[in-house]
Amino acid sequence: MSARERLANARSGKLRPAARQSSENVALPIDNLELTADLMSVTPEKADSTTQVAGTAAHGRERLRLDDVSVFYGNTPAVKNVSLSISHGEVLALIGPSGCGKTTLLRTLNRLTELTPNASHSGQILLDGDEIDELVDTDLRSRISMVFQQPNPFPMSIFDNVGFALREQSRRRPRRPELEPLVNQALQRAGLYEEVRGDLGRSALRLSGGQQQRLCIARAIAQKPEILLMDEPCSALDPRSTAVIEDLIGQLSKDLTIVIVTHNLQQARRIADRVAFMYLGDLVEIGETEQIFTAPREQQTREYIAGVFG
Amino acid sequence: MASAEPYSAPSLLPPRRRRRGRRSSLRSWRLRDQAVFVLAWTVGIGLFAVVAALVGFFAVRGAQYLRPDLLVTHPAPSVSQAGSGGFLDAIEGTVLLGVIGLLIAAPIGVTTAVWVVEYGRPRWLSRIVESTVEMIAGTPDIVLAIFGLALFELGVFAPLSYSEPGGAFGRSFLTAGAMMSLVALPSVYVATRNGLVATPRQLREASYALGKTRIATIRRVVLPGIRRDIATGSTLGLGRIIGDTAIVILVLGATLRIDTQSSTPLLGLLRGTGSTLTSYIYGNSPAGEGGAPQKASAAAALLLLIIIGLNWGVGRIGRIGGPPLHEPKRRLGA
Repeated sequence: MSARERLANARSGKLRPAARQSSENVALPIDNLELTADLMSVTPEKADSTTQVAGTAAHGRERLRLDDVSVFYGNTPAVKNVSLSISHGEVLALIGPSGCGKTTLLRTLNRLTELTPNASHSGQILLDGDEIDELVDTDLRSRISMVFQQPNPFPMSIFDNVGFALREQSRRRPRRPELEPLVNQALQRAGLYEEVRGDLGRSALRLSGGQQQRLCIARAIAQKPEILLMDEPCSALDPRSTAVIEDLIGQLSKDLTIVIVTHNLQQARRIADRVAFMYLGDLVEIGETEQIFTAPREQQTREYIAGVFG
Repeated sequence: MASAEPYSAPSLLPPRRRRRGRRSSLRSWRLRDQAVFVLAWTVGIGLFAVVAALVGFFAVRGAQYLRPDLLVTHPAPSVSQAGSGGFLDAIEGTVLLGVIGLLIAAPIGVTTAVWVVEYGRPRWLSRIVESTVEMIAGTPDIVLAIFGLALFELGVFAPLSYSEPGGAFGRSFLTAGAMMSLVALPSVYVATRNGLVATPRQLREASYALGKTRIATIRRVVLPGIRRDIATGSTLGLGRIIGDTAIVILVLGATLRIDTQSSTPLLGLLRGTGSTLTSYIYGNSPAGEGGAPQKASAAAALLLLIIIGLNWGVGRIGRIGGPPLHEPKRRLGA
């Protein structure tokens, strides 16, 4: 079952039996808690083997591959020896308690961590087989685009916000008539066009929070990136806007690979094809969404899903 | 009996809201707190009284002496009040000098601030630049003026002012405008720097995440976002130019009328000398050579009106074009 179908089911209230059982599955016998200490240290090998299994189970061809990636702030590791692969057209959700390195990992994928002084990473990140450090940063970021936690529209008109993403860095700046179809298309894909079509010249700062976030999505997908990174895109939004954006993620995943960080487990369950659980910088477990939620392999995952911590 | 009381239905309206919460009365305060309280009010009212007196004085004087014809007639060298004309040239000089000064100061101030905040490498150089701007801000204008005169009298700057084979005169709208740019520079610089520092990091990251370069991010995202700060700083700088006297007298020549220096229309004007409202006031005040204190008062009233207008404009700038990215900083102590 794809993310889209699952999303549709969740909307219509049709939860499949597997989903209903989840609460029983994750109910923890007290004596199991003692195992937690042993399981705190998940070895990279273990994570690796999990990746292999989950990687082969995913849909399309592999787009992004992380081999033994660690990210450091100074000498402090924020992400430790993470290996995983992301396939074309899938939605991967990164879950885990605050400060576990989800966002850092996400920002490493388009080299935004480079902007933080004294941040560095080891290991290999391959985009279609190319080491991302070998790519020009601006090219990489136009292929791997990003939506942030707080809506951050530029202080300009709605049109210019989307147009900015499309305009060339130098030389020839496309004129408005050339841009218009592309801008409109991006706004349509982000589900914002109908609401703003009357006045694209309006300041983007005057939109509501949910509209601003959809504008940011429109901006991020305007130059047709291959991968879209989303860092808790709904955490600053009300439930209605959240629902709209979740629908949108379902739509976009038809032709985009999406990696989304979320604190909202229900959201991860609704929208993701696969879920990766991180804890204290380690990738504890990665697998198909239903497997993670109904039959997690690791004790920590089970506890986190059950709400024991996090 | 209780039943004798007329029954009153419970009101459906909410109880009347108390306008103010309970506060301890001033009398219960400690003596030192009371003293500071009184002092604060006294100083506040005292400052207001001084400004009110100043504005009131020139409002009366202005109403007395400021005639429309003064604004449109050229001044003339004459001892008699009737023949000395108005101060059209001084108004023109004020505008021209302000425009030249700002045209030089704004790009330099903005560029400098961008370099210091966004790049700032090597560190020692950016620190030197910072303290240089601070030093310019702290230099008395008369010192700037005398330096400017010494500088522009050099032969290399001959094209900027009236010059003869022996050397340059050094006094012209161009040279005075160049010195005036130093007067306006700190305001522009500080306002731009504060705007850049206050620009949310997420905004830059959003641009980088779209694959934009640093320079494109600064030009297309950051600078448009702080245009209000730049406008505020420029307006304050303009106010400082308009209010300056020393540079006008030494480097602009403070000639009563605008004297063009060649037949070439614009260049002749720019190389020519002139005066501004400030130097006109000085020249006609009892302290100056002229004996037209009424006209000086009228010019002073006009100048004050312009400055008040500029300050009002600074406040307006903060409100145009949608909600701000951040609260613009109004206090620009450099």
